[in-house]
Amino acid sequence: MFSGYSLPELGAIITMQGFAGLILFSVFVLMALGLAIIFGQMGVINMAHGEFMILGAYVTYLVSNAFAAYMPALFGAYFFVAMVLAFCASGLLGMIVEWAMIRHLYKRPLDTLLATWGLSLILQQTFRSLFGAREVGVTIPQWMMGSLPVTDLIEIPINGIFVMVLALGISAAVYVMMYRSAWGRQVRAVTQNRVMAGAVGIDTERTDRMTFGIGCGVAGVAGAAFTMIGSTGPTSGQAYIVDTFLVVVFGGAASLLGTIASAFSISQAQSILEFFLSGSMAKVITLLVVVGILMLRPQGLFAMKLRK
Amino acid sequence: MADQKKVPISPISRRAILAGGAALGASLFLPKGLRAQDFPTDQINTTGLAVTDDTVQVGILHSISGTMSISETGSVQAEKLAIEQINAQGGVLGRKIETIQEDGASDWPTFAEKARKLLVNDKVASVMGCWTSASRKAVLPVFEQHNGMLYYPTFYEGLEESPNVIYTGQEATQQIIAGLDWVAREKGAESFYLLGSDYIWPRTSNKIARKHIEDKLGGKVVGEEYYPLGHTQFNSVINKIRLKKPDVIYAIVVGGSNVAFYKQLKAAGIDMTEEAPLLLTISVTEDEIRGIGGENIEGAYACMKYFQSLENENNQEFVAAFKEMWGDDMVIGDVTQAAYLGPWLWKAAVEKAGSFDVDKVREASPGIELASAPEGYVKIHENHHLWSKTRVGHALADGQYEVVFETADLVEPDPFPEGYQ
Repeated sequence: MFSGYSLPELGAIITMQGFAGLILFSVFVLMALGLAIIFGQMGVINMAHGEFMILGAYVTYLVSNAFAAYMPALFGAYFFVAMVLAFCASGLLGMIVEWAMIRHLYKRPLDTLLATWGLSLILQQTFRSLFGAREVGVTIPQWMMGSLPVTDLIEIPINGIFVMVLALGISAAVYVMMYRSAWGRQVRAVTQNRVMAGAVGIDTERTDRMTFGIGCGVAGVAGAAFTMIGSTGPTSGQAYIVDTFLVVVFGGAASLLGTIASAFSISQAQSILEFFLSGSMAKVITLLVVVGILMLRPQGLFAMKLRK
Repeated sequence: MADQKKVPISPISRRAILAGGAALGASLFLPKGLRAQDFPTDQINTTGLAVTDDTVQVGILHSISGTMSISETGSVQAEKLAIEQINAQGGVLGRKIETIQEDGASDWPTFAEKARKLLVNDKVASVMGCWTSASRKAVLPVFEQHNGMLYYPTFYEGLEESPNVIYTGQEATQQIIAGLDWVAREKGAESFYLLGSDYIWPRTSNKIARKHIEDKLGGKVVGEEYYPLGHTQFNSVINKIRLKKPDVIYAIVVGGSNVAFYKQLKAAGIDMTEEAPLLLTISVTEDEIRGIGGENIEGAYACMKYFQSLENENNQEFVAAFKEMWGDDMVIGDVTQAAYLGPWLWKAAVEKAGSFDVDKVREASPGIELASAPEGYVKIHENHHLWSKTRVGHALADGQYEVVFETADLVEPDPFPEGYQ
């Protein structure tokens, strides 16, 4: 397929394709980080993860409308306000859900699957009642659309760079919180041994609530960012849920590094295959490889060392 | 009943009468103050449908919850508007239409179950409904078994011709061929990149498009590929399109993927207003643009039979009535307009047959003309599809299309196109 192209053209395409892969990687990381916290640290299978993302997207929609109506001069900067509010909204809802529902189910992890699936349906219908069944159009500030011409042939989408920077920033923040803060130490202690953690004076209930809230908050930020690249409708969250679980499970549930490594390998595989094959075939092959690897290594790429 | 004659005839029906009168023979079955007592119930309803001396029941079967509610909401609104207007004119054979609405819930077995409920329990005289091909295929056996009549509004892939369905949207060849001819003739397009969501309609449509491009236009297809429904990452295919440099991107992407595709296309620096490459789609109506954002699709071309901006009196009245009923911020897409035709076509067929019996309505249907259609004149073909014009629209930043081309004649529906299989 490369015959008849000059060397600079090929170079440009390969560079842009490399960026496409990196953008996909960042998208996967953003999708999966929130779930990695919740599923990895707490063992809760949160089927409503996509809906927490879409809540963030709707918050972005509301903020953009508010800015357009009341502060048109600052419209270019509304996105940052929207992301903070999306984090707060999704995080708050997450904490309420944890308090009302999830905490009663910690001893029955499989039931959380059904309960959160039900929650996702409830949230979808709530969005539909509040915002209408149709998708809403989120207007993105002009400076975030369009592309950055690096050379004559190479153009890098600006929103892609934005997503990459955001993914990097949030990963770093999550790392610091989990491994360099007192709260993170508590979370890890509760994950490893709940009874013992409680015995040494850690408020395990509060820790759980914070963990779930922060996981949902990160999902909300991801949702806000995805208004740039995807749709915002009551059921849009469903488009992300499969890929999200794929990344987290493949990476090894309890490991943040695993999540990132798995996001990288899946995104690169998919992006390269998509370039050489058709879209559906690329997906099929990626999934087959993931299934194959998980059969050989059920604990995922990176697993915590446990005493057996 | 006597006071019914005093009901002022709305402007639409007056036009329908005038236009119908102008069209030879059409006036025979148009309303001339039809009164219920002229049509005794036991004579016009011999099969036990839900028809009384002053009412008739009609079913509406769309998804108002689940994924597809995004698309199907507009159809429900259009059908309710049409029924309300028909009732304001005195109903059908002097009988007011009462609607029974069921929710297909975006789930195909649910569609079949609800169709059975409407036909067997409620005994509705006809059903306006379905949107996706999958839901239509699911209810088809039910309609054929219980001899119901379905008015189906969506443009679809063709390859079907059921005696129990009237297809008010275009089948694939009607929608595709005129657009490809136009882009080859007016824009000198020679190479095409076909792209679609991965299910039956885009695949069948692209098959027809490829045959037409290669055999009739002498052009070249430089790429054809499909992405799973709900796919949100199109950067790789955008790079491929850059590499292949086609004259035209022929896109049949649907649902949420649409939004992702057009936003990423714009972000990748492909400015559609420059038309290099030109983008031609058959899957983006004004309804979808609300989600995509007009600024992200400005400059693209769409090929279908109806655009909200059509300039004729029927359409202006239709748009005004629709907005009055459902709100000023509403937009109307191709399928919404096709759904609006359903109740009117059924009314015309019932009045031509002088009976609600499904067999007689079916017999009367071919040849039914509707001069009051917002898209202009339409006529039912022997194969239960509509003769209709095909148009090309140019997307504007405000989310509307500007009509840049319209076929001179009505395009004949051809659900089983020879040479395209």
